[in-house]
Amino acid sequence: MNKITNNKAWFLVLPVFFIVAISAIIPLMTVVNYSVQDIFDPQTRFFVGTEWFEQVLADRRLHDALIRQIVYTMSVLFIEVPLGIAVALTLPRNGWGVSASMVLLALPLLIPWNVVGTIWQIFGRADIGLGGYVINLMGIDYNYAQNPMDAWLTVLVMDVWHWTSLIVLLCYAGLRSIPDAYYQAAKIDGASRWAVFRFIQLPKMQSVLVIGVLLRFMDSFMIYTEPFVLTGGGPGNATTFLSQFLTRMAVGQFDLGPAAAFSLVYFLIILLVCWVFYTVVMNAGKQGEQ
Amino acid sequence: MARIDLKSLAHSYFPDPKTDEDYALRRMEHVWEDGGAYALLGPSGCGKTTLLNIISGLLTPSHGQVLFDGKDVTQLAPEERNIAQVFQFPVIYDTMTVYDNLAFPLRNRGIDEKRVDARVREIAGMLDLTGKLKQKARGLGADEKQTISLGRGLVRDDVSAILFDEPLTVIDPHLKWVLRRKLKEIHNKLRPTMVYVTHDQVEALTFADKVVVMYGGKVVQLGTPQELFENPAHTFVGYFIGSPGMNIMDCKIDDGAAWVDGQRIGLSDRHLEAISKQSGKIELGIRPEFLTLETGTDTKGPGGDGSGVEVNITKVEDLGQFKIATTRFGASEIKVKLGEDEQVTGQSGVLRFAPEWTKLYADSQLVA
Repeated sequence: MNKITNNKAWFLVLPVFFIVAISAIIPLMTVVNYSVQDIFDPQTRFFVGTEWFEQVLADRRLHDALIRQIVYTMSVLFIEVPLGIAVALTLPRNGWGVSASMVLLALPLLIPWNVVGTIWQIFGRADIGLGGYVINLMGIDYNYAQNPMDAWLTVLVMDVWHWTSLIVLLCYAGLRSIPDAYYQAAKIDGASRWAVFRFIQLPKMQSVLVIGVLLRFMDSFMIYTEPFVLTGGGPGNATTFLSQFLTRMAVGQFDLGPAAAFSLVYFLIILLVCWVFYTVVMNAGKQGEQ
Repeated sequence: MARIDLKSLAHSYFPDPKTDEDYALRRMEHVWEDGGAYALLGPSGCGKTTLLNIISGLLTPSHGQVLFDGKDVTQLAPEERNIAQVFQFPVIYDTMTVYDNLAFPLRNRGIDEKRVDARVREIAGMLDLTGKLKQKARGLGADEKQTISLGRGLVRDDVSAILFDEPLTVIDPHLKWVLRRKLKEIHNKLRPTMVYVTHDQVEALTFADKVVVMYGGKVVQLGTPQELFENPAHTFVGYFIGSPGMNIMDCKIDDGAAWVDGQRIGLSDRHLEAISKQSGKIELGIRPEFLTLETGTDTKGPGGDGSGVEVNITKVEDLGQFKIATTRFGASEIKVKLGEDEQVTGQSGVLRFAPEWTKLYADSQLVA
């Protein structure tokens, strides 16, 4: 086949180029600008090279926040993904129960993030919140405003409450696409319940699960609003995650240079993890096909 | 391998069936012999898949029993019945290799790896899958996937029966033929009891020793392909089997003969005696193969005794090895199968009915 060469076709890409430039590249370049310069005002600025990066990467408080963030995100994934799959497996496949459970599951997803924070802030309080009151009534000394562990667990439970539904809905969609014949064949082949899950349900859910895990990774790695409303990052720094640390640096202390340098690092971490995860999962599926 | 008995079996998807229409499967009584190859033939929605699922245990019948070798298995789950089933669309385990797919039913039953390996290789050899054993199943084409499904059905040598639910629907016409030959070969070699659901008469007639024709939730005839052809027990069998199907005409019995649109068609004493005891809607049926058409100077005239009927010839199709003439008298259209050398001249002719192949039906059931 002969390819037609028409360089004018490149002009058709221009609108997209402009939109992407304005929406993503130019704002990002601002960050890059700030990350390599010390800017006092548009006339007074000095090129500092990698100084901000070195400073930020050596910051112990940032190390702590990063570790906290990684532990938090891993916990979120390790709880939400298996829980989401488990719930999806138990949902009804037909009848009125389907719509009822869909509505119930979708509810947390429809609540604005800062409202979620507020709900849990009140719910967890020992004096006026139902949750906090009941826990204290059971003899457990629970106070998320004072005890770092309590605060951390509360943020975690809040995230599980808020976002497990997303995994459930995605998995449910994957499960619904499996024809009945697969289950019947498995029965006839004498497959155990575990084998049905392992060899039929899980492979069919794989693609939606990849999306689910990526979304939950990115979202939880960038979590800001809910802990900000719930605990304000405290007590101490117990629930100060990366984005909150960044905000404090940029808006609170007005250290724009280090903040910009860290923004880039932050962005690259997320990009890298997503890319590695996606590539590994997709290649694992293809292995041995040929 | 097992003999399958269906004892007063019936099934309704409604909890409280009242009329016959509520039943997906009307009451039936059948014995399917051990080692037989049976085809369940019928149009869509006639209950063949329901019957198959009842035999495999995916569905528990609302009435009656299923026996394997005399043992009641009605309430047993599919895995306890020791049965294999191949579905309409390929069911394969995507993440496994072809080898693991074939080994799956054996491994689930705790059979030792040496025996598994021997069986898998034997079946793979029969189905030409040996070269693909190490491949992941998901990368294969639809026909190869379906071959694997067939293989999973055949891999256990202790099954009571192997059930096929229109297994060749997704297969290319050429491969269809190859796979059908292969199934037949395997049947001749291993003699398992096989039940094969299809709506394709060619498939049914080439595959099976015995064909079970179903219509409207009922088994209307169970017989060898020859019986179905020569002696259709129901007008549906006559019409559904054969190409073209049986000519069926409304008729009246009077004066020792059948009358179709005012034309007399002679009957034998056997016909007359049997039909005299019957009431209801009477129909006359004859296969296109058993009619002769006389045209031009050959014709000896209709003969008022009912040995011939004058017809108009509306169409003659030459299909290579034979011709099909469409003829008409009154409101009846009758197809006649002619040899490739037979000449048709003119627009009219005389149709002769072979009395021994003329069938009478009362309310669609064969009378004589």
